[in-house]
Amino acid sequence: MAEPFLSIQHVRKSYGSNTVVQDFSLDVEPGEFVSFLGPSGCGKTTVLRMVAGFEEPSAGKIVVAGKDITRLKPNQRNVGMVFQAYALFPNLTVAQNIAFGLKVAGMPKADADKRVAEMLDMIKLPQMADRYPYQLSGGQQQRIALARAIAPKPKLLLLDEPLSALDAKVRVSLREEIRSIQKKLGITTIFVTHDQEEALSISDRIAVMYGGKAEQVATPFEIYNRPATKFVANFVGTLNVLEGKVTDAASGKVQVNTQEVSLKGKLNGSKSGDTLSLALRPEAISLGSQPGHDSRLTGEISEVHFLGSVIRVRVGIGGNTVSLDTFNNSATPPPAVGEKAEISFSSGDMLVLH
Amino acid sequence: MKSGKFWAWVVFIVGAAYFFIPLMATVEFSLRMRRGVHSFDAYQIVLGDARFQSTFLYSVVAAIFTIILGVLIVVPAAYWIRLRLPQLRPIVEFITLLPLVIPAIVIVFGYIRMYGSNSPLPFLGSNMGANALLVIGYATLALPYMYRAVDTGLRTIDVRTLTEAAQILGAGWGTIIGRVILPNVLIAVLSGAFLTFAIVIGEFTMASLLNRPAFGPYLQNIGANRAYEPAALAIIAFAITWGCMSLIQILSRFAPKSANRPN
Repeated sequence: MAEPFLSIQHVRKSYGSNTVVQDFSLDVEPGEFVSFLGPSGCGKTTVLRMVAGFEEPSAGKIVVAGKDITRLKPNQRNVGMVFQAYALFPNLTVAQNIAFGLKVAGMPKADADKRVAEMLDMIKLPQMADRYPYQLSGGQQQRIALARAIAPKPKLLLLDEPLSALDAKVRVSLREEIRSIQKKLGITTIFVTHDQEEALSISDRIAVMYGGKAEQVATPFEIYNRPATKFVANFVGTLNVLEGKVTDAASGKVQVNTQEVSLKGKLNGSKSGDTLSLALRPEAISLGSQPGHDSRLTGEISEVHFLGSVIRVRVGIGGNTVSLDTFNNSATPPPAVGEKAEISFSSGDMLVLH
Repeated sequence: MKSGKFWAWVVFIVGAAYFFIPLMATVEFSLRMRRGVHSFDAYQIVLGDARFQSTFLYSVVAAIFTIILGVLIVVPAAYWIRLRLPQLRPIVEFITLLPLVIPAIVIVFGYIRMYGSNSPLPFLGSNMGANALLVIGYATLALPYMYRAVDTGLRTIDVRTLTEAAQILGAGWGTIIGRVILPNVLIAVLSGAFLTFAIVIGEFTMASLLNRPAFGPYLQNIGANRAYEPAALAIIAFAITWGCMSLIQILSRFAPKSANRPN
């Protein structure tokens, strides 16, 4: 394993008696794109601000490229940052905004002008050099903010919910653009977001945070398919949670309502008689039998929503409700509410939440 | 609706008459120096008077130094309070209002006792010292206006995010205040500066009691001894004040526009 480029080691942040970040550790590889994902108040922005130098950790240290930067001022860290509120300087033109960091660093004007032109080409806004920020749309302003952050060639790029203030369409196109620029430049990037789709779509790894701690740090695939905690499972994606009772721990038999499913090898030390929370992604469930699905439960259809290409069906199984989507088929009418239904799934897709 | 508009006009006309009639009467009186005809004789005498020129120049220079001192004190203070010490804002606002409730005569007597020639800080022991003390006193008198103008300007920008954006790009405090904060509140600072200028030009109490050759004491002296010249001087002082106010209005059009707008 290569030496981590950014190493956040046992960082804690408290304001008086209120601890907002508890013992947070993370190693980020050179050129990696890591997202901090979590609900409001989970501490993700505080960790980012500690990396930027705007907050001082109460304990722990932050190392970038082998150098301890924990006590360095923000202007000594050579870190680029894009803010949620764009933060372009209103009194400066687009070109002057991008050149700001270069001028501060003492770059000769000719070189700075060349770099500004390069940046404007990179964000595909070469014609905007002489405009003022108020003359640009939100998406354009955030592109300029990205160019301004990257222009001085920082060691690390920090993105603090840069897409939150934009409309849905711009958000999707800009996140793809951010990722492609990041890949092209190979710059190590930390991206803070509360939007799981954003995090899943562009990250190499995601740190899901809750209550000031990293609940799980893994690839988007692992986070989605193998959530380590109940919080991660619930927070990322849609999840059907069923209450079950272990009837035979040795053979992995679990009773859901009055029906039994086999979860051999997944019970992780649970004993017979224990109550478990079991989770299934909607896409892992089929209405009726399917090849490869080794587990079945029967229930009654409680809701049917026709959404055009898909039909969302809810099936009541005792006290549990399972939601699943089926593709619309013009030859087959949608199921009716009150009908008995069998759902099937692979026991390998069922998650046991701890 | 119609009746409301009618009464609004009545109130406006009464207010305008209350303000303009004495002004017009003063203008008219200032033009009557030559018997039987209207002339600008009073203005010619006033503007040609060497004491007018020297006292006016003295007050202009004092106003410039007062503005510089005020900006140097108020801009960093108001900025720092917005950025790091917002909990102190009510206290600072209260302190900046004190010059409005403590009469200038009380302040200047305090100065004379504190900074007399026998005190450890003998400002009044020399001409330069007395001039400096006058500027300090004027900066105190202008504090409520300067602070409010700058604070209002700072309210229109996202001080914290702009500061952090500049910091992360490598800027130190000097660059942040000089190239990011000040240009974005420049119009507000200029508003405060012109208000300061208007206050200093006509100030009498401090200049008189500190025995400074300022425009205020000259106005008072002329007013006590002449008939038409004081009226001409009053109109000139009005014109200067109105000129300052107009400049504030004109400059406010050039304020940097906020960049925060939806897509």
